[in-house]
Amino acid sequence: MEKPFAITLSVDSSLANHTGSWRVEKPEYVHRMPPCNNACPAGENIQNWLYIAEDGSYESAWRALIQENPFPAIMGRVCYHPCQDVCNRSFLDEAVGINSVERFLGDHAIEKGWSIPAPEKESGFKVLIIGAGPAGLSAAYHLRRLGHDVTVRDATHAPGGMMRYGIPKYRLPREILDAEINRIKDMGIKFEMNTRVDDVHVAMDEGFDALFLAIGAQLSKRAYIPASEAARILDAIKVLHDVEDGNKPLLGRKVVVYGGGNTAMDVARTAKRLGAEEAVIVYRRTRDKAPANDLEITEALEEGILVKWLSTVNHVGQHELRIEKMELDENGFPQPTGEFETLEADSLILALGQEVDFSLLGNSADLDVVDGTMSVDATMMTSHPGIFAGGDMVPADRTVTTGVGHGKKAARNIDAWLSKSSYENLKNTDLVTYEQLNSWYYTDAPHVVRERLEATRRAKDFSEVVQGLDESNALYEARRCMSCGNCFECDNCFGVCPDNAIIKLGPGKGFEINLDYCKGCGICVSECPSSSIVMVPDK
Amino acid sequence: MTTTPIKFYQVGSFAVGNRLLSQDDRSIQSDPDRTNALTSGHRACQGCGEALGARYALDAAMRACNDQLIAVNATGCLEVFSTPYPESSWRIPWLHSLFGNAPAVATGVAAAMKAKGRTDVRVVGQGGDGATVDIGFGALSGMFERNDDVLYICYDNEAYMNTGIQRSGATPPAARTATTQAVGDAPGNVFGQGKNLPRIAMAHEIPYVATATVADLRDLEAKVTKAMSFRGARYIHVLVPCPLGWGSASCDTLKIARLATQSALFPVFEAEKGEVTSSTPIRKLVEVEEYLKLQVRYAHLFSPTRNDAVINQLQAIANKNIARYNLMPQNAEN
Repeated sequence: MEKPFAITLSVDSSLANHTGSWRVEKPEYVHRMPPCNNACPAGENIQNWLYIAEDGSYESAWRALIQENPFPAIMGRVCYHPCQDVCNRSFLDEAVGINSVERFLGDHAIEKGWSIPAPEKESGFKVLIIGAGPAGLSAAYHLRRLGHDVTVRDATHAPGGMMRYGIPKYRLPREILDAEINRIKDMGIKFEMNTRVDDVHVAMDEGFDALFLAIGAQLSKRAYIPASEAARILDAIKVLHDVEDGNKPLLGRKVVVYGGGNTAMDVARTAKRLGAEEAVIVYRRTRDKAPANDLEITEALEEGILVKWLSTVNHVGQHELRIEKMELDENGFPQPTGEFETLEADSLILALGQEVDFSLLGNSADLDVVDGTMSVDATMMTSHPGIFAGGDMVPADRTVTTGVGHGKKAARNIDAWLSKSSYENLKNTDLVTYEQLNSWYYTDAPHVVRERLEATRRAKDFSEVVQGLDESNALYEARRCMSCGNCFECDNCFGVCPDNAIIKLGPGKGFEINLDYCKGCGICVSECPSSSIVMVPDK
Repeated sequence: MTTTPIKFYQVGSFAVGNRLLSQDDRSIQSDPDRTNALTSGHRACQGCGEALGARYALDAAMRACNDQLIAVNATGCLEVFSTPYPESSWRIPWLHSLFGNAPAVATGVAAAMKAKGRTDVRVVGQGGDGATVDIGFGALSGMFERNDDVLYICYDNEAYMNTGIQRSGATPPAARTATTQAVGDAPGNVFGQGKNLPRIAMAHEIPYVATATVADLRDLEAKVTKAMSFRGARYIHVLVPCPLGWGSASCDTLKIARLATQSALFPVFEAEKGEVTSSTPIRKLVEVEEYLKLQVRYAHLFSPTRNDAVINQLQAIANKNIARYNLMPQNAEN
């Protein structure tokens, strides 16, 4: 080729030399499992919706979120966020405030009035859901999305289950609950409230093709406690239910709550708000062994709730009760010490846990019940074909989020069962650890703490205790996500390749390796902040 | 610091780019339309720091002068791997003459451009540490002394890698090379010899002198851009790890450059007219050992027995750098 004077080599002539032939290993872009997603009982793709929210596309982020969970505003208030407990960012500074961003998205959606379209195609199948709690509502939502004709029946007069009759208003304002339930109702789900189902088989005979049971666990556990005739002993679930119905229970000035779970915390805090001067929780073990979520214990203590750890109620009188001090044996079980103490108490509220009320199911002898819960297989189906169950009535953690997760899982399996196929959830098991991230690239940014009402003020009424984030700090919080195991387009691979062998495909499209020139040095893999590139043998 | 940290919490300003940053805040390397001064198909080893450093620096220089740039290259790895006849990886006007005369040729090109009235065309001279601190040192010193309008960039991989890893004036103490074997009472390169070229350049009181590494792209780009804003002789010394000569994993090139800065063995600073004007604070201080143990050229310090005396001597050099360049300002204030 003729070249101008003094020019000996042509531009780009080195492209003829395909250095890719030197390679024995090649880099590959992957999607790995971030710990948050792995821990979410509702199976949310948290990293994904945070990523979408990071550029301010809140509606898209919200729509991605509700693929898995229809209640972000509720979750942002009542979920105990196991995602945050395992967030890799906690090794760097503090966990990402996932729950607060979820609440922001949920509240934003309510404010903007975003709705969920009805399914494009009706399947022709009819599904009955018994119980309008988190599991039932979640199942109803997912089944409706899949085009099924869904009816929800519940014995109470308003849907929500324990979200309405168990969780007090100061944790979950009812306008939020109503807004999120109404939104799924508008998809064409039928609600038959004040309708008790006495026999599941009769219900099936009404022409339903499948049935989902989610009646919860509403029966308070009882314990035998010697008591005088005038003693006032109430049951926590009943108290919370009455408060919701506007029937103020008579508790007196001094209230003792027996139990160490979330219900005990909720009912003690409710008693304070109803005007009790003093609310004391009596629990037989220590704080670290209490089943209540630590946040709830902290909030209760801040509000002036007293707790007698390592104590059992021994005798209940009219205005006082006797407690016995306990000590933990080497196995961590409380043992009596013979030391007693008298507490002033006008009433005792029992919050010792709940059981499933199987009498609601009437003639259901052919459904397997083991240890007080209903047995279900991996598809959430009971021993009776076509009858599925989930939520608090099956063995699992009894939280709202777990219920929502059960509803989703059951819905997808019911859908598969109806169409005589099978639902396969191919869970990505390639979990990302903190050590696999290149933490150099993440700047320190401590998380935003949500404001809470002052303890002295909040114990007086039922105003919401934990406040939400505004847009600027929600965005900041979302952007703290390290995007574990998934590319967030930081351009590092594109920049650090000594061979210019990474092709940038443009916004949202990620990158590609040009294998003609990639020598397989692996710098892109080591410098990827989020561990979303791996080296694989090159065949 | 020469770069203003961008208040962006996910990756701050450390990563090459970010989809959420405005175009102006992104690095030149994050731009799909970057010059790619040194393009694919070159024959540098896997994980070559020098190939990366040259592309970073020249792409930034091109951006700074509206693509009116001529590069003059000394003999060395960079020249050999980029232009094996009949191929060239250069996408900019590029000229090679001899091992020792790159600064003089660059001076000549600058003079020619001046004579032609092409003040818009800028000149970069470049070479490895052998060409810069040893063989071309006289020509470079002359270029500095005359304050010729050239930006000279040294890609320092601390030995003559192209010819088989022989010691250069920039080889650090204790490092094993082909000519400083890890044998005898004082294994590896001797202490107390060698040349600190950034300081020698400062002694010429030229307009601008800076050090940088391939581990901090934004800092490197900012320094090249700043250097291009001056007329006269300018010098940038870029640390570029060499997996072959240093005996390190090819995937660790940036990691090692980063550890060189975070251990304070390689101070990152800039100077104008002979005075240090700023230095890059250490973000996560590490002991020199963290840097040394990833490299086979220092393996004799750890096996068969650990040589604490020499490791401590190297740590002393790092400690001196911290004090001299104020690399831990957060500590100095307390």
